[in-house]
Amino acid sequence: MGILADKNTRVVVQGITGREGMFHSERMLEYGTQVVGGVRPGKGGEWVLDGKVPVFDSVKVAVDATGADCSMIVVPQSAAPDAMLEAADSGVRLIICLTEGIPIQDMMRVRAYLDFKGVQLIGPNCPGLLTPGQTKIGIIPGDIAIPGSIGVVSRSGTLTYEVLAALKQVGLGATTCVGIGGDPVKGLNYIDVLQMFEDDPLTDQVVMIGEIGGSDEEKAAEFISQSMTKPVVSFIAGQSAPPGKRMGHAGAIVEGGEGSAADKIAALKKAGVQMADHPEQIPDLLRK
Amino acid sequence: MKLHEYISKDIFAKYGVPVPKGEIAATPEEAGKIAKKLGGRVVVKAQVLVGGRGKAGGVKLAADPQEAVEAAKAILGMDIKGLTVSKVLIAPAVEIATEIYLGITNDRTARQPVIIASAAGGVDIEEVAKTNPEKIIRVHVNPLLGVQDYNIRDLAIGIELDRRLWDSFHTITKGLWEAYHNSDATLAEINPLVIDDKGQLLGIDGKMVIDDSALYRHPDFEELRDLSAEEPAEIEARQSDLTYIKLDGEIGCMVNGAGLAMATMDIIKLFGGEPANFLDIGGGANAEKVAAALRIILSDPNVKAVLFNIFGGITRGDEVAKGILEAMDTLKPTVPMVIRLVGTNAAEGRALLAEANMITAETLAEAAQKAVEAAKGSK
Repeated sequence: MGILADKNTRVVVQGITGREGMFHSERMLEYGTQVVGGVRPGKGGEWVLDGKVPVFDSVKVAVDATGADCSMIVVPQSAAPDAMLEAADSGVRLIICLTEGIPIQDMMRVRAYLDFKGVQLIGPNCPGLLTPGQTKIGIIPGDIAIPGSIGVVSRSGTLTYEVLAALKQVGLGATTCVGIGGDPVKGLNYIDVLQMFEDDPLTDQVVMIGEIGGSDEEKAAEFISQSMTKPVVSFIAGQSAPPGKRMGHAGAIVEGGEGSAADKIAALKKAGVQMADHPEQIPDLLRK
Repeated sequence: MKLHEYISKDIFAKYGVPVPKGEIAATPEEAGKIAKKLGGRVVVKAQVLVGGRGKAGGVKLAADPQEAVEAAKAILGMDIKGLTVSKVLIAPAVEIATEIYLGITNDRTARQPVIIASAAGGVDIEEVAKTNPEKIIRVHVNPLLGVQDYNIRDLAIGIELDRRLWDSFHTITKGLWEAYHNSDATLAEINPLVIDDKGQLLGIDGKMVIDDSALYRHPDFEELRDLSAEEPAEIEARQSDLTYIKLDGEIGCMVNGAGLAMATMDIIKLFGGEPANFLDIGGGANAEKVAAALRIILSDPNVKAVLFNIFGGITRGDEVAKGILEAMDTLKPTVPMVIRLVGTNAAEGRALLAEANMITAETLAEAAQKAVEAAKGSK
């Protein structure tokens, strides 16, 4: 089963006619994801990907025609806030926004509107989600993970792949892997996803991947110690990062003693989380 | 991106915030001319993108134009926390009765902008926040509604502002909000906002930080960027749309994704090496970008080995391989190179690189160990 999305999830792709949109929609179709439509204003009526996927002018039209319940957004930076708001008004329950570089003030407005509409968001600036053997919505390579009983939640993109591949190497699989993205203002956060894994009967244990900056991992630690019964294993990237330097993610800024790797590791250890020294060590810390 | 004081104050003034009319000088002579034009006492202030200028001696009062020339002479060329002063702001000196702090920033946890005010403004505001947090008033603003009149009244009441100044404080706070909002700032700050000897509110010092992700719709700010505060390689990296941060170690790293790049640095350290840099080529990098990245890494003379760790997702292994081959062709690097290529189109990438003289690795740990060994060997 897994959380958030499974083989019955029907996906429209906003920005399907772009280079990345095409490439990753094709990978998703190959994986078995139900990509039921695409959106590109001005190209409604066309068919793409060998005539397999119809293109619509708006998300609303696409949802009405296909019964989609999820939208994946892979449009340029300047169009992404509008795309998220449009999706929120179209009737989908879940939006997964891959686009990076969205200004924080835009994201604060978008998130406030999505909360008002009661629509869930993963991202932006995220790799999306993968429920192995059922569906992948986003850019996580499908062949690096197998179905299993481990829930994976991560703020990072490629570091997540690293961990999934390391799990697969020793025969461990995942229920669902959720890449929540590294932006300071985003949709689902660790706590939301941890709660879903705690409630999911097929998930036995959880891997949480974090990085320096902000205080989301510290809040997750508090949640784990108070509300989680399932074991959690974690890795925090950025232990070697010099303080005050910005390491590429808007979120990855060490500010005034808040958000250092050492602080996060200490908080998670205190919450009973097993910490890995490097990503490939995670499988050793999981229960077999 | 940080904006200089004089630029920030120009923006605030545009939105109705009263500020002393000052001008910028790059030489002591210019400073003297401006002081003469302004008349009376002036203040000469270093324009550098770092806090604590006053305490470092970068702000001086001058009673007349001659003193302004002397002050500018002393300040221009001064080193403040590693930055050289190349410009000074000359502004009329203000008799200060009270110093207020007024700033707007993004509260990421609340996912809302927050306006912060304090009657205990001035250079020690951060100390006040620590020792007397009750003196700091915070008012959150709904991002969909923008600042409301009652938000501003709550601030004025909170800092116990004289009621006769409420109207003026309203204009200033509203103006600061518009500056923050319209400029896509992550910080817009007036510190101090003073009550002068005539009982008027006046913004004496200002600071703005613009959201780098929003610069695409503010080309005017991009032109103002102060390159003197940055490493040349970091500037080149930004122009190629790469994130590069120079560090002090000997192993150059090229990785896709910030999290994986940090994890790669961490593991190099774990196996006894030191990373020479952080470099994230980002998602979907093409051959051209990869070539630029390698050029930047190799421009650091401390680099004794290069580690490529590419886990393809949106980035494709074959594109990365093409970029590496292209760059090696022109750069002819002499340092050993360790590559680990997995994920999307990794097999195609590895096939392309089979002919190149590179050390390959399967796992991250193996790649890091090989890079550490290679760096030792090439010393």
